[in-house]
Amino acid sequence: MSLTLEDVKKVARLARLAMTEQEAQAAHAQLANIFGLIEEMQAVDTSGIAPMSHAQDVTQRLREDKVTEGNQREKFQAIAPQVQAGLYLVPQVIE
Amino acid sequence: MTWEIVIGLEVHTQLSTHSKIFSGASTAFGAEPNTQACAVDLALPGVLPVLNKGAVERAIKFGLATGSAIAPRSVFARKNYFYPDLPKGYQISQFDLPVVGNGQLTIHVPASGKTEAHEKVVRITRAHLEEDAGKSLHEDFHGMTGIDLNRAGTPLLEIVSEPDIRNAAEAVAYAKALHTLVRWIGICDGNMQEGSFRCDANVSVHKPGTPFGTRREIKNLNSFRFLEQAINYEAHWQIETLENGGTIQQATVLFDPDKGETRMMRTKEEAHDYRYFPDPDLLPLEISPQWIEEVRTTLPELPQAKQARYVNELGLSAYDAGILTASREMADFFEATQRVVPKDAKLCANWLIGEVSAQLNRDGLEMAQCPITAQQLGGMLKRIADSTISNAGAKDVFRTMWAEGGDADAIIEAKGLKQVSDAGALEKIVDEIIAANPAQVAEYRGGKEKVFGFFVGLAMKASKGKANPAQMNEILKRKLAG
Repeated sequence: MSLTLEDVKKVARLARLAMTEQEAQAAHAQLANIFGLIEEMQAVDTSGIAPMSHAQDVTQRLREDKVTEGNQREKFQAIAPQVQAGLYLVPQVIE
Repeated sequence: MTWEIVIGLEVHTQLSTHSKIFSGASTAFGAEPNTQACAVDLALPGVLPVLNKGAVERAIKFGLATGSAIAPRSVFARKNYFYPDLPKGYQISQFDLPVVGNGQLTIHVPASGKTEAHEKVVRITRAHLEEDAGKSLHEDFHGMTGIDLNRAGTPLLEIVSEPDIRNAAEAVAYAKALHTLVRWIGICDGNMQEGSFRCDANVSVHKPGTPFGTRREIKNLNSFRFLEQAINYEAHWQIETLENGGTIQQATVLFDPDKGETRMMRTKEEAHDYRYFPDPDLLPLEISPQWIEEVRTTLPELPQAKQARYVNELGLSAYDAGILTASREMADFFEATQRVVPKDAKLCANWLIGEVSAQLNRDGLEMAQCPITAQQLGGMLKRIADSTISNAGAKDVFRTMWAEGGDADAIIEAKGLKQVSDAGALEKIVDEIIAANPAQVAEYRGGKEKVFGFFVGLAMKASKGKANPAQMNEILKRKLAG
């Protein structure tokens, strides 16, 4: 598997990261190293081993369906950049 | 060769838990903005999600009700995209290991145009748990967008069908069957105005025998009527485009109910690349066979099983059984009424489907808000069954009961609606009528049978409407014959 500079730029765009050409090239070099490591790991024969979806071999604990959180809007909104009528305001988004 | 339409539905049902899927904030609808959005819902630094047992239980219920496989082990994944009503920058969902897989739903498609009413099995591909996003309000904020995160983190079960549906009528029948089922098993309130039940439709067209065409996805249809209109418009548009030599691009479209047409939201090239990966904050979800069995004991008898029982054991028509099982409230009411008059299931069905439904409609009420109880209705039906009151009398009792309450026997007593079945009293009335109307008696005996109605009218009037009609007819016939 090889990573192109275009891939790096695409991932940056999806992650909303603004990168200069120089930064993109540096990231490309670093990521290519990581891909090298992945390639090494992929060379290991893992047939018969179930894929792991979490590093710890334990299962999810569940909570009872109870409301435990009260209204703390004032506290939360005290640190928000802009609020109005109980809403958080953000730069306009129209899809 | 004609075109065939191919449809698959994705339905988002909001689960009826008290708290959110990964936090202890309330899910109640209609609260002041952001008063039910806690630190987890706001994605403040350092918070961790903890899975709600109630949401998983509801998913298990759905799996059991649709004969689906319930995954002994399923995994939550992050679906990454940026939007202000999704504070984490990803939605917690499930990707390759969903909690529910491979089930099916039998639907009843009503007759329309050339197609007769029929049953059809629609396969369910999967159903997975995920969290809802918040709401963006684009108006009135001086060029800013307002964000309400009360809905963020509300549990959803996304139910995905196979592309087994072939027209808008089937799609509506499937969506309605699903809507009935999720309310029936109590996992979703089904309120479409409040967004508790929303459909996305994947629509493509092809010639039978050739591979499926390219599909376009119609997003966020929140009424059965819009679902039908949107699919009809979209299928027609695709067929016309292809017949004019065009091609279909994979895309996401929105339905505009005012114009009655679908329009492009984004094409595949602009589509999000969600970069799903297992959420490291959540461990795999394990569901033991014991847990599944525990949940199974809480499942009510399902609509289809009830319909079959009503037809086979109570002797109702398939049509009546279908109406009586259209909602859990209706079926419960029917069964409670029927327990009062166990031998008269058909009478219960007739009154529920007739008078009760009509009156609810007139008053704009739901079955759950019915002002009379099954015990009250049953008490009245008992008096029809044992001939204490006539049908006309019963309607009078019913109206009184509806408006003022009270039980049937008391109303019958107070209004003097008891039928006169005393043969002696009825014979006396008939004797007097015959004696007072010799001319009409002669006509009748001379072969003019239409005059019979005249006697019935007089007899009813003389008994003040209380005569048992069948008995009165019998006596009149006998005495008039001479």
